[in-house]
Amino acid sequence: MQQIINFIIRNKNFLLFLLLFLLALVFTIQSHSYHKSKFVNSANFVSGGVYNSVNNISEYLHLKSQNQLLTEENNRLRNLLFNSNVNADSTFIDTTKFGLAYKFYSASIIKNSYTTKDNILLINKGEKDSIKQDYGVISSKGVIGIIDKTSNRFATVISILNTTNKISAQLKKSNHFGTLTWNGQNPATVQLIDIPVNAKVTVGDTIITSGRSSIFPKNIGIGVVKDFEKDVAENFYEINISLFNDMTNLEHVYIIENVHKQEINNLLDE
Amino acid sequence: MNSSLILNISRFIMLVLAQVIIFNNVNFYGYINPYIYILFIAFFPVRDNRLTLIFVSFLIGLTIDMFLDSGGMHAAASVFIAYMRPLLLRWSFGTLYEHQTIRFTTIDFGPKISYLILLTFAHHLVLFTLEFFSISKTILILQKTLFCGIFTVILSIILSIIFSRKTK
Repeated sequence: MQQIINFIIRNKNFLLFLLLFLLALVFTIQSHSYHKSKFVNSANFVSGGVYNSVNNISEYLHLKSQNQLLTEENNRLRNLLFNSNVNADSTFIDTTKFGLAYKFYSASIIKNSYTTKDNILLINKGEKDSIKQDYGVISSKGVIGIIDKTSNRFATVISILNTTNKISAQLKKSNHFGTLTWNGQNPATVQLIDIPVNAKVTVGDTIITSGRSSIFPKNIGIGVVKDFEKDVAENFYEINISLFNDMTNLEHVYIIENVHKQEINNLLDE
Repeated sequence: MNSSLILNISRFIMLVLAQVIIFNNVNFYGYINPYIYILFIAFFPVRDNRLTLIFVSFLIGLTIDMFLDSGGMHAAASVFIAYMRPLLLRWSFGTLYEHQTIRFTTIDFGPKISYLILLTFAHHLVLFTLEFFSISKTILILQKTLFCGIFTVILSIILSIIFSRKTK
């Protein structure tokens, strides 16, 4: 017993180093797997508060480009509205429009990240605004990511520029679907894998979300085909996609809640 | 003792804030960022307890991890260099360190640079190994270590020159 205590006292530096290093390693390994519980994340009042107050100042720097983006979106939505054949004068109530499947919330990105292999963003909405894990996040141009951890006022978003992320996506012109991944290199390009080779792919084809998960609805834009090749077994295409979104310049985003998610998941679990 | 405690606490907070607000948004060439918060570990008083240094390094690394959502890789790298520091001090300063007479405000420029270079590259190598976490990406790890390391060393030297004037 005496010797054990002596050993601990003699090697206390090394033992403390080993303990803390192993603890840090455990945290690191957890952060490399999707949706594992992370003790340290930026969705808390200290880091969230700091990023929020910094963002209050720095958002003025991007005001012009963000206004441009919002005007473009307004323009697109106005086109849709005035060219649709809905008669706004009539008092006809379509009861099938009640109980919509998706709810939208708006938020701002207060911490952007695109330089590392597993990028995580921070938004200024949290549990107080009824944001929960696994809600989808999109911008006016396309998919941004999926909500991961939430605190009272903030939430972290697993960006599509994250090597652990897997989103179901498909070609717009046919229903061939695959998985969206990222190889961790260029923040303007993501990869679509598992598209069968009998699908007709050409450069410039639009890629959209497939709506096969309960996170994103169908028809949200992702990007266009940049180039493609067959994988080693020659059964599937590996497609490089250039994103619609400029992931290095993000500010206003929308969060999507699938109202029927619980029902879908219950069905799938049975 | 008391003033050195206050100095170190304010240094801790300033370096963390500078790191997450300014230096993490540099994104030179798209991905090169300096990690200057290791100056806290580099210039932690030599005569203070080694256990304190290891523990405080873990804390500063974990704080950076919290801000950057990077799990525990900064904490691991910081603890690693905090444990390695006496060895690196001996390599760079030799007998000056052996006799425990070393003070960071009065040391020569040459050994100080070599000390910062050793510390930075040790830190960055552990950091990027844990970030990529794959042997097949060794070239990428070494490349990022080299580029970010050069950037960090240059900035650390500039910062240490600017702030050492005040203490004299």
